[in-house]
Amino acid sequence: MGLKRYFAIRATILFGVLIATLLLTILLVGSNMDAIMKKGVAVQVRSEIVENKALSSSFQSVEDLDLYVQNQIEQRTKNLGLDTPWYSPNRIGLSMYKILVLDFGHATFLTSDNGSTAVSDIILEKLPRTILLFTTATIIISLIGIFVGAASGSNIHSKLDKVTSSFAIISSSFPVWWVGLIMIFTFSFSYNLFPARATPLVAPTDPGYIGALLYHMTLPLITIVLIGFGTWAYLVRNFMVGVMHEDFIFVKKAIGIKQNKIVFGSALKNSAPPIVTILALSLSGSLGGAIITEAVFDWPGMGRLYFEAINVMDLPVIIGATYVLTAFFLVSIFVADLLYGYLDPRIRTI
Amino acid sequence: MSAFSSEIKQSFLKSKLGLIGIGILVLLILLSVFTFVFVPLDTYKQWNNPASWTSFPRSAQPSWVNFFSEKKIPEHQIFDNPQIILQQKGLTLTVLERFETDYEFDYFPNDFIFQYVAKYENSPLLQIDVIRPDGKTLRLVSMSLPESDGMSAYSDKIFSTNDAIKKNLLLQSSQYSYQIDKIPSKEIIFSKSDSHEVLKGSYVFLVKLIGVDSQNTISDSSLILGGKVFGLVGTDELRRDLSIGLMWGTPIALFIGIVVSIGSVVAGLVFGVYAGYKGGKTDESMMRFNDIIYALPALPFLIILSVTTSNSIFLLIGFLMIFGWVGVAKVSRSMALQIKTRQFVDAAKTMGQKDSKIIFRHIIPQILPYALASIAISVPAAITTEAGLSFLGLGDPTFPTWGQILHDAKAYGAAARGLWWWILPPGIMIALTGLAFVFIGNSLETVANPKLRR
Repeated sequence: MGLKRYFAIRATILFGVLIATLLLTILLVGSNMDAIMKKGVAVQVRSEIVENKALSSSFQSVEDLDLYVQNQIEQRTKNLGLDTPWYSPNRIGLSMYKILVLDFGHATFLTSDNGSTAVSDIILEKLPRTILLFTTATIIISLIGIFVGAASGSNIHSKLDKVTSSFAIISSSFPVWWVGLIMIFTFSFSYNLFPARATPLVAPTDPGYIGALLYHMTLPLITIVLIGFGTWAYLVRNFMVGVMHEDFIFVKKAIGIKQNKIVFGSALKNSAPPIVTILALSLSGSLGGAIITEAVFDWPGMGRLYFEAINVMDLPVIIGATYVLTAFFLVSIFVADLLYGYLDPRIRTI
Repeated sequence: MSAFSSEIKQSFLKSKLGLIGIGILVLLILLSVFTFVFVPLDTYKQWNNPASWTSFPRSAQPSWVNFFSEKKIPEHQIFDNPQIILQQKGLTLTVLERFETDYEFDYFPNDFIFQYVAKYENSPLLQIDVIRPDGKTLRLVSMSLPESDGMSAYSDKIFSTNDAIKKNLLLQSSQYSYQIDKIPSKEIIFSKSDSHEVLKGSYVFLVKLIGVDSQNTISDSSLILGGKVFGLVGTDELRRDLSIGLMWGTPIALFIGIVVSIGSVVAGLVFGVYAGYKGGKTDESMMRFNDIIYALPALPFLIILSVTTSNSIFLLIGFLMIFGWVGVAKVSRSMALQIKTRQFVDAAKTMGQKDSKIIFRHIIPQILPYALASIAISVPAAITTEAGLSFLGLGDPTFPTWGQILHDAKAYGAAARGLWWWILPPGIMIALTGLAFVFIGNSLETVANPKLRR
């Protein structure tokens, strides 16, 4: 199979997965969506009557009014296509098409900071903040992880290796959000070093906003890096252990090439394919933020948006955010595939 | 297969970490058994019912903090087993209850409450006296209970803030060499007669129910001496004894973790091996299905599901399995791809064995060590995911879990108020459970994957 064909097939499959995810999301929240929209129509009709004095005084009796309201509601639900059940292929197809062309519609309850209800505006506002915190953290984690992991993997059973391995195991059993609670407890309340809530108090238009945001981001960043880099170092270490036992490394050692040059040159290069794959996946994973971690630190990013949306059942936001996150994830799987194929020629023969 | 398992056992027993993991796990299991046997089942059903925790203190520290401080903080004590004495003098029957306590703390108690159920007719007299370590006797209460014609039960609570107690104490103010009218009753009772300081020693509370020509009884009476420290882990803002919540959390967490990991690993194993063994179109379509589940954002979906369906813990276990089997399926498929090219599989095939038999008899046993390791390793993820969902407030309210305790802690601002005993223990329990399984899993993996052993 040629490389191009391989990737073409992968791309098609991933697109199919995207559609399937989207369909599943709509199926899960569809029935609620219908109920909420119907309620919205009824509220709209009634408020129009209350606001329009001439209209409300034109009714002779209560029955007249009720009849009018009933007719209006029926007419509007028909116009919106709500008279067919939510699971009819037409409606699901329509909503899927809309989302595919990135028309997420308007949020029911949530708004962006400047008051826009368009779901795309809200997401575009939260995404940079999540990237700022979580992508930065992922980059720091992977850098520390690769360095520490390579150093300890090239010298197993050394002190560094033992410390790294046990730290990795121990840190991976603590939930990040719990460590976050402890960090807030210690550094915000006991020592007053950092703010407890990560949402800056100054307005986004203020020139000092970026500074405030960076200051507020310190504590979550430290927490995420602290809990995250051990696992990374351990993974890299295990890849390195495998590579360090290959024959060519022994040859290089025999020729007398320096240990450091072997480790960070040839050995790291040889364990690159899996490392790059994981890096790509975790970078894209970082875009979704972490719902619980953001809830703990009150960080105004994608994770908290998601949580708020689910709390008030703001379905357009839920669907939009799920779609965007899944799309990012799939793109990164694809990129990881591409990179793997590029870095490890053996894969192309499969 | 048996040679296999004995080999695993042997190398496993050599790894120290694995043994530590087993040790922690055994302790956790013992704790669960202890909870089931000795803690009343009612406590977990009543966990979210504030009314059943009223006799406990609010946000009390664990009682062992007294070991580390010079000044002893009063411990919250509940006396519900008084000595009962009946005295008959002519027609007068006196039911006497005697509560005795050693008060050796450096601060005054928070409050005290006497609660009782009296069965009586007519209108008996209720008296409460306290005999102090310095020999003085103070009358706290002397009142007649509401008139009743027939035998009737009457339950009441007398608080230390009761006005009648204060009035009675003021009448006895000559016992004190200083002004007591600005001091709350709980402090007057427990302070020295010459200065406003705690008087340490043995206090005896006497409760008398005096009636004429009757068969009065007092039952279910208890004296609560309110303190600021309580139990091994303290209490939370809703007065719940945190140690009970933590104990019930243990079997629940183990159950969730083990059921989810076994379920998802077994499902993934069978799915992956079948796909790998069959190959071709079957393999292709099964792996695409795998890709779809793999691409689903798990936590958001879990949240959506628990909001739209129900937050039952059993449903959650099912959902966690749905998202858990994917990785195992991928790995076991690639393992099956290798194993099916081996000669013994070919031999079995030419002998005409059924596919299902080849898979279960010849391929799966080869992958078993890996499967065992992945079961152990995937337990912590299931536990932390459940804890995370509970922490967000989406947990099953019928069971107390560690995540829910942390959720309540966050809701009541425990971090801001310095209630460390509310935040630390649940997280430590989560981490400890996770650690046990990670230790076990890691040493199993070293056994299963000799590459890591070097």
